[in-house]
Amino acid sequence: MADKMAMVVFSGTTDRLFPVGILASGAVAMGMDVEIFLTFWGLQAFSKKVQGAPPRWSADYADMAGMFGQVLKQKNVPGPIETLAKAKELGTVKVYACTMTMDLLGQKKEDFIDLVDATAGVGEFIERAKDAKMTLFI
Amino acid sequence: MMSDVTVAKVVDARGSFCPGPLMALLGAVRQQKVGDVIALYSSDTGSRTEIPLWVHKAKHELVAVRQRDGYDEFLVRKLR
Repeated sequence: MADKMAMVVFSGTTDRLFPVGILASGAVAMGMDVEIFLTFWGLQAFSKKVQGAPPRWSADYADMAGMFGQVLKQKNVPGPIETLAKAKELGTVKVYACTMTMDLLGQKKEDFIDLVDATAGVGEFIERAKDAKMTLFI
Repeated sequence: MMSDVTVAKVVDARGSFCPGPLMALLGAVRQQKVGDVIALYSSDTGSRTEIPLWVHKAKHELVAVRQRDGYDEFLVRKLR
C-alpha cells in the first residue's frame, strides 16, 4: 500500500491554501496517497459560491498581499485549487468535507465543488488518517 | 552521444513554477509508452535536484540533463 499524507485544512485564505495544493502535488509525485479534511474556513474556500472570487489574504501578510498577488498574476501561477485539482488528476487524492461545519452553516455536499469527494465526521477522518506518514494542520 | 536518442514528447514547462514542471513531467510520463524519451524544459531552479530525484524514485531513467540558455533540459526514458 502507498504511503499516505494527511492534511487538515482549517484555514481558508489564499496564502494558506497554496501549500495545500503544492504539498498534495509533491506527495502525489512521490507516490503517496493524500487524504484531505476540509473544515471551517478551509471548507468555505471550496464552496461553489466563492470560486473565481479574488484571492483573500491572511491579515498576517496584509502588508505584502498586494505585491504577492501581482507577482502571482504576472507569472501566471495557477491558483491553489487548480493546483490541487491537477494533483488529483495524477494521483490518489481524497477530499472530505467536515460534516460539523456543514451542519453549523446549513450546507450540503452539492454546495461544494466536485473536487470534494465526500463528507466525513472527524472520527471517520482520523480513522482514515491514523496510519499516515505525514500529517499536517494548515 | 546524444544523437541516437529520439524524443517522443517535449514538455515545455518554462515559466512554470514548482510544482508545475514536475507535475507536467509526471503527466507526460503517464501518457507515453514504455521506452519513450520525454524532454522536459524547465526554468524552475528546483528542477535541477527535484527532477533527478523523482526519476530515480519513480524508477525511470535520466538519459541526460543539459543546461540551455535560461532553462534546463531533462531527457527522461520511461522504463515501466
